[in-house]
Amino acid sequence: MKKRVLTVDDSRTIRNMLLVTLNNAGFETIQAEDGVEGLEVLEEANPDVIVTDINMPRLDGFGFIEGVRKNDRCRAIPILVLTTESDAEKKNRARQAGATGWIVKPFDPTKLIDAIERVTA
Amino acid sequence: MDMNEIKEIFFQECEEQLAELESGLLKLNDGDRDPETVNAVFRAVHSIKGGAGAFGLDDLVSFAHVFETTLDCVRSNRLDPGPEVLKVMLKSADVLADLTNAARDGGGVDEARSRQLIKELEALANGEVLQASAAPEPVAKAAPVVAPVVNDEGFQPVAFSFDDFEADEPALMEMPTYEIVFRPKSDLYAKGNEATLLLRDLSRLGEMNIHCDMDALPTLDRLSPETAYFSWKISLKTDKGEDAIRTVFEFAEWDCDLEVSLVADGAAAPSEELPMQPVPFDLSILDDEPVGPVGVIEEEEQLAAQQQIRDAAVSAAGTASNVLQMAQSAARAPVEKSAGAAASAAAQSAAAQQAAASAATPTIRVDLDRVDRLINLVGELVINQAMLSQSVVENDANGTSSINMGLEELQQLTREIQDSVMAIRAQPVKPVFQRMSRIVREIADMTGKSVRLITEGENTEVDKTVIDKLAEPLTHMIRNAVDHGLETPEKRLAAGKSAEGTVRLTAKHRSGRIVIELADDGAGINREKVRQKAIDNDLIAADANLSDEEIDNLIFHAGFSTADKISDISGRGVGMDVVKRSIQALGGRINISSKPGHGSVFTMSLPLTLAVLDGMVVTVANQTLVVPLTAIVETLQPEAAAIHSFGSNQRLISIRNSFCPLVDVGRILNFRASQANPVEGVALLVESEGGGQRALMVDAIQGQRQVVIKSLEANYTHVPGIAAATILGDGRVALILDVDTIVAASRGQSLKPEMSLAAAG
Repeated sequence: MKKRVLTVDDSRTIRNMLLVTLNNAGFETIQAEDGVEGLEVLEEANPDVIVTDINMPRLDGFGFIEGVRKNDRCRAIPILVLTTESDAEKKNRARQAGATGWIVKPFDPTKLIDAIERVTA
Repeated sequence: MDMNEIKEIFFQECEEQLAELESGLLKLNDGDRDPETVNAVFRAVHSIKGGAGAFGLDDLVSFAHVFETTLDCVRSNRLDPGPEVLKVMLKSADVLADLTNAARDGGGVDEARSRQLIKELEALANGEVLQASAAPEPVAKAAPVVAPVVNDEGFQPVAFSFDDFEADEPALMEMPTYEIVFRPKSDLYAKGNEATLLLRDLSRLGEMNIHCDMDALPTLDRLSPETAYFSWKISLKTDKGEDAIRTVFEFAEWDCDLEVSLVADGAAAPSEELPMQPVPFDLSILDDEPVGPVGVIEEEEQLAAQQQIRDAAVSAAGTASNVLQMAQSAARAPVEKSAGAAASAAAQSAAAQQAAASAATPTIRVDLDRVDRLINLVGELVINQAMLSQSVVENDANGTSSINMGLEELQQLTREIQDSVMAIRAQPVKPVFQRMSRIVREIADMTGKSVRLITEGENTEVDKTVIDKLAEPLTHMIRNAVDHGLETPEKRLAAGKSAEGTVRLTAKHRSGRIVIELADDGAGINREKVRQKAIDNDLIAADANLSDEEIDNLIFHAGFSTADKISDISGRGVGMDVVKRSIQALGGRINISSKPGHGSVFTMSLPLTLAVLDGMVVTVANQTLVVPLTAIVETLQPEAAAIHSFGSNQRLISIRNSFCPLVDVGRILNFRASQANPVEGVALLVESEGGGQRALMVDAIQGQRQVVIKSLEANYTHVPGIAAATILGDGRVALILDVDTIVAASRGQSLKPEMSLAAAG
């Protein structure tokens, strides 16, 4: 069965790149534009893994991750943070919020797929 | 979708982000300290950087990065966005826009400028860093430079390494063995990591033996499902190095105790240190396929072996998922309710946030071509509907049939469709207005003036084509307003004004048109000098008696633009005729009102769309013409007593005790040789640019209808006095009158010899 990925990113460019990359790699992709929408579609999407941006309007990545971790049905889903911020402080905050791992931008399809494979069975 | 399409999307998005960036910075400039504004600004730059990185647009990335760093200081309240800081940031936004354009269209950018700004941005960020941490960060330690040793004889020793030999024969060397102790904490599972998966990845590095330590596992009644009880001891034979091992645990290293040690000799049996028999690690049970045969073994043996492996692996590695499964089944326990409540609270606050986010309506992006095709089709539909109505009227003179009713409904529907389609193309003028703030900044910088641009009504909507064509004349006018309209700070102070000049750009809807006003609080027009200039250039007679308004409007005259620089007469002349022509080409009007010492106001009135027009269909000398309804103030039937002759062949009509020049349209357009008798026709009182009223004489009014504009320039050629053409219900072509040109021609100001419709009509 195809693995399902939920991506949360406010940038149309990145959303499209994620979509193309993930589809090409044989994933089923569901997309949300910010944390609020991400939480809205979360249960319905029931993804195997989540890829989220940090800087987003309405609800940022930290808030979104916390939201997922508080959801009884979805809190065990691995979450990868997609961010340009490679510095330890941001990583740490993402981790404290409950992120599983991260992918440092610039966006690289291989790195993305690699990281997804690492956190999913 | 391929990369090029995504790149296209990226640049579209950049444009939006740049607009967002600029409007955010301008808000900050106005004293807005809302953290969300700062966040939006930061996000805009961040987004551009993210996308640019994906496409390898390095110049863009590096500039955006510096910009972002400085913005981050603002975001975290480490740098106050004062006027000086914002000045740098606005300039940086301009450079970012330039870099984006250069990345899209090729071409260069002003590199010195971007380098300068990078320096300024870094200074802003660093100034703050220096304050925050008392001592400056030491410069990255330079790698020790090993100077080549030169001995007395002048020979240089040749570097020689035995590693080269070793590298040639790694197969002969025993692979190093590492011992890894991995003790996950409960947090590791809470964050979605899985010990099983980590061990799987580890097993890919080499040959692995694993032992699961289950000593900490309590009895079932005391088992807390979300606590990590297991730890693993692993011995791994790999040539990939310790870094590779640590990389496997990259995501988990905070949430586990990890010890990696090199067991010096690969020959030493790691099993000695392990209290139990090592279990060969096989994670293929994660896939639903059976384990592949290992060599040729009897089937039963094989199955038994598989079962063994499976059991061992499950006991060793499956615990993590078990724990999680247990946790999930326990999720309905009352303890979890608090978490649930928190989640719903979070959802509520998120919902509130969402409502606050100015109720963004969902949008889709559509190719402009498609919209244009739709608009064209609707145009044809309108014409077709008109033709149908007409032929029904002709064939069914009684007009009682249900066909007529249906036709009326059709007409209404057509109209609604048309309005809706036009609304698709309608866009707020905001992007154009935003571009103007950059122009103002640049000109202000160049002229050393201090200028504040205030924009109002940015969300006023108008057809996209109008917006696109608005930018150029508006740029020109803004330039003039700052360069020539506003005085230098010294002069302003001397005149008792604030040193900072104000330029106000306003857009609003007024009676089916968009009115754009550009006001400055400069010195106003020096009428004496304009008048003198006009006389010098033979534009007016030396003794011409002109009203103030007429003098002001001289600056739109073509003769002014060819003149040498007239900056000392708050020189509105430069290129203003070009501005006027482009506004007119849009079916618009422009006029100026100026108060000496207080500034000037330019008012442009433009149609909301270039595709349709409400017009009055009139007959002039057996020709059918359309007069734009917006120009007409009223229509009247002249009485003989109201007509007065004036001069050689001028006539006036008296309307409610005031006189108004009477203009024979047929004569002006050369439809007829002599003037028609006003009493036999109809007078259309029109308001022309500059506010003056004229009465246009036509023979008869046929009716009022919406017509689809067909460009005359595109299909034929420009004809003075005619704005465009249209197709009427009966299929005939009718010309749409350019009222302003007709009025101007009647004044005799720009009566040109080519102003003859005999050729065109």
